[in-house]
Amino acid sequence: MKPMMSRESIFNAVLLLALLAAPYIALQMDEPFYVSLATRVAILALAGVGLNIALGFGGMVSFGHAAFFGVGGYVAGILSQHAFNYEPLISWPVTIEGTNQMLVIWPVALVVCALLALAIGSIALRTSGVYFIMITLAFAQMIYYFAISWPAYGGEDGLSIYVRNGFPGVNTMNPMSFFLICYAVLIVCLVLSMLVRDSRFGAALQVARQNEVRLASTGIAPFKIRLVAFVISAAITGLAGALYADLNRFVSPSSLSWHMSGEIMVFVILGGVGRLFGPVAGAALFIVFEFYLGGVTEHWQLFLGLVLLCVVLFARGGLIGLVAGRARHG
Amino acid sequence: MDLALLTEQLLNGVQFGVMLFLMAAGLTLVFGVMGLINLAHGSLYMIGAFFCATVATATGSFWLGLIASLAGAAAAGAIIEIAVIRRLYDRDHLDQVLATFALILIFSEGTRWVFGSFPLYLDIPEVLQGAVALPGGSQYPVYRLAIIIVGLAIAFGLYLLISRTRLGMRIRAGESDREMIAALGVDIRNLYTVVFALGAALAGFAGAMVGALQSVQVGMGEPVLILAFVVIVIGGIGSIKGALIGSILVGVVDTMGRFLLPEFFELFMPPSQANSVGSALASMAIYILMALILALRPQGLFAARA
Amino acid sequence: MADAVLRIDGLNKQFGALKATDNVSLDVRDGEIHALIGPNGAGKSTLIQQISGLLRPDSGTIRFLGRDLAPLSVAERAQCGLGRTFQVSSIAPEFSALRNVMLAVQAVDGSSYRFFRPVMKDRRLIDAARAVLEEVGLSDRADIVAAELSHGERRQLEMAMALALRPKLLLLDEPMAGMGPEGSKQLTSFLDALRHKVPILLIEHDMEAVFSLADRISVLVYGNVIATGAVEEIRNNAQVREAYLGEED
Repeated sequence: MKPMMSRESIFNAVLLLALLAAPYIALQMDEPFYVSLATRVAILALAGVGLNIALGFGGMVSFGHAAFFGVGGYVAGILSQHAFNYEPLISWPVTIEGTNQMLVIWPVALVVCALLALAIGSIALRTSGVYFIMITLAFAQMIYYFAISWPAYGGEDGLSIYVRNGFPGVNTMNPMSFFLICYAVLIVCLVLSMLVRDSRFGAALQVARQNEVRLASTGIAPFKIRLVAFVISAAITGLAGALYADLNRFVSPSSLSWHMSGEIMVFVILGGVGRLFGPVAGAALFIVFEFYLGGVTEHWQLFLGLVLLCVVLFARGGLIGLVAGRARHG
Repeated sequence: MDLALLTEQLLNGVQFGVMLFLMAAGLTLVFGVMGLINLAHGSLYMIGAFFCATVATATGSFWLGLIASLAGAAAAGAIIEIAVIRRLYDRDHLDQVLATFALILIFSEGTRWVFGSFPLYLDIPEVLQGAVALPGGSQYPVYRLAIIIVGLAIAFGLYLLISRTRLGMRIRAGESDREMIAALGVDIRNLYTVVFALGAALAGFAGAMVGALQSVQVGMGEPVLILAFVVIVIGGIGSIKGALIGSILVGVVDTMGRFLLPEFFELFMPPSQANSVGSALASMAIYILMALILALRPQGLFAARA
Repeated sequence: MADAVLRIDGLNKQFGALKATDNVSLDVRDGEIHALIGPNGAGKSTLIQQISGLLRPDSGTIRFLGRDLAPLSVAERAQCGLGRTFQVSSIAPEFSALRNVMLAVQAVDGSSYRFFRPVMKDRRLIDAARAVLEEVGLSDRADIVAAELSHGERRQLEMAMALALRPKLLLLDEPMAGMGPEGSKQLTSFLDALRHKVPILLIEHDMEAVFSLADRISVLVYGNVIATGAVEEIRNNAQVREAYLGEED
């Protein structure tokens, strides 16, 4: 008999509750800094949830997801800068104004990142394996260098968002309110990614990872399935980027850098590849690690490297793998 | 347009390409023979530069520094191959990417710990200082010319090594059929260590040579690593010939793009705008080149493996 | 001749100096089991790969239901009704047997671009898949992860996936390989029962099975079809005996 709830589901529920409870406890303890730490966890987890669709479900080792994370951030930054300066984004042939409303910024970020992923994916997915890794990396670098050398939006120095973008009926400058917005978006995307995983599309996507020839011989074109998944994945990571820019009220080329791509990948791996909540666990672990170790030594990245190396070499299931055992499929 | 300036930029492009080749050769060999994608190759480049800078400062001799960079990077390569990389050959590319990403974090942060964040500077040895006259009347630094010559010499040496020696025969056998060379009785573990150390030495050497042109600092290997990836993707993974041609192509396109594109846009734009558009496009030029080549030949120009 | 489901004409494929497929012409007619036999390395699998689209021929045509297959991808050919099994079973190892078959059902029954409805609540998919599993005799193993199935069961699962596509032609690449005498016998009678439902191009080494099942046999040697004919013709063909059957016993 199957138990009512698997260990993995219990772990997931505890994780979500802990993430929700952390900022409340922090406020009680008069440590508002922890609220922004929890917000970071939620946003970075969201970026990982996006990557997990391509990497975990579809087996596409994208080493360029920072491109989407950063571009999402720049969408937020650029739109709000134009709104702040009362300058239209373009004035010909039609006038498009900037905006400081998250509810406008998010869809724009989703669409821009989806289109970008469509372009990158349709070239990169013609290849596979190590070529795919390098090409996604190279495209992300291309955008990174473009952002550095394009002076209109700050170039190397990045772009500040002077007032955090707004959300109807919420004071987004209140850290707790902003946390709740990010948390809610994370939950929505987690549910979405669960639905996608369990859907017909998700079945085809997972078979594209397990056995591409089988999928094709069944009459489903792997390229299209992968491309659609890559686009969905990029859009979610882009949304996370937009939120991240609002959290920091700043966006810079570093959010497009390959270190960022590597970190998003690390969230997914530390938590457990292909696990629905892997990115949440991974991002939480990463931030806790960064915070505590960073408090002890400024060279915390060295230890992060050692931990990551050990996880890859000896604990491939990640954190959730350790807690819940091997993944069940059915 | 000034012909002398054009020649100078072209030479700069070739020089850049030759250095890229030293990086790309190691990457492509390691991939071709062991099937491993090694992100930490840029760290070996950095390690070579730091070895050179440290030894050159201590002894006052750039040449000793150069030898130290070769030896140090080769030793570092052999150590990480034995300690870590060896466990990754049978793993999928994801594990390889993550483990070597972890190595980058370890090496970068470790180097920062030891040497601090400030860049070190290397002096160009006296014989190689100064400039030679180019046809057309301009001057070109001797050191850069030396880099081109040394780089091409190494490329030629590598070609001889792979096509004419026993080691090269084993490497080629390893590229086509791993089981066969095991059957031939070649100790495959040692072969892998040697190939990895060879690639590391080349990277370290490149780091030292470039270190004297720019500066020696943490993270210096990463931009070069990514360009080297572009090179081997263009050239075809596993192909030394592809790496050479891809390197020169990328070096020249990148350098000439940065030089020519702003001038090109000045033909029909105000200078300041032309400069920003031109340099933004130039920074993307090689990636656009890569996308074009891949759209036509997804396996690169000289795919070693079907 | 009008009834040819699959017609291959003048097909060539060369790997370096090796002619893997040398001017091959053959057809599979409606309602028949056409067996393709030949020694190892004769180019049987290369031929199947070209029919299913995993390899492109250098020249020649392959027509399926009157349609030229050349411009079609593997997936498009499968959508046209070309079902196949592989020499080494090809399945989704992490999925249960049921979910493997459900994938095939979903491929013919509507779209794979549905994102929100969980497949495990999709009765139509589940029922259709269970029916096919029942047909191949694998229904009691439906919930076992495919990687944990035995060799014979994987063969059955693959057959179920091929059948779930409601194919108009089945390409079977050595389905008896590694099945053992008992398994082979069962599979033979299974294929025998399938005969009039779907035409089959059968590549097989098991001569007993081939002779009992095939309506016609083609013999492939060094990429070349040296003979095509009914079972008795092939049995008595001197050239075939020399080139192939001679080395059997």
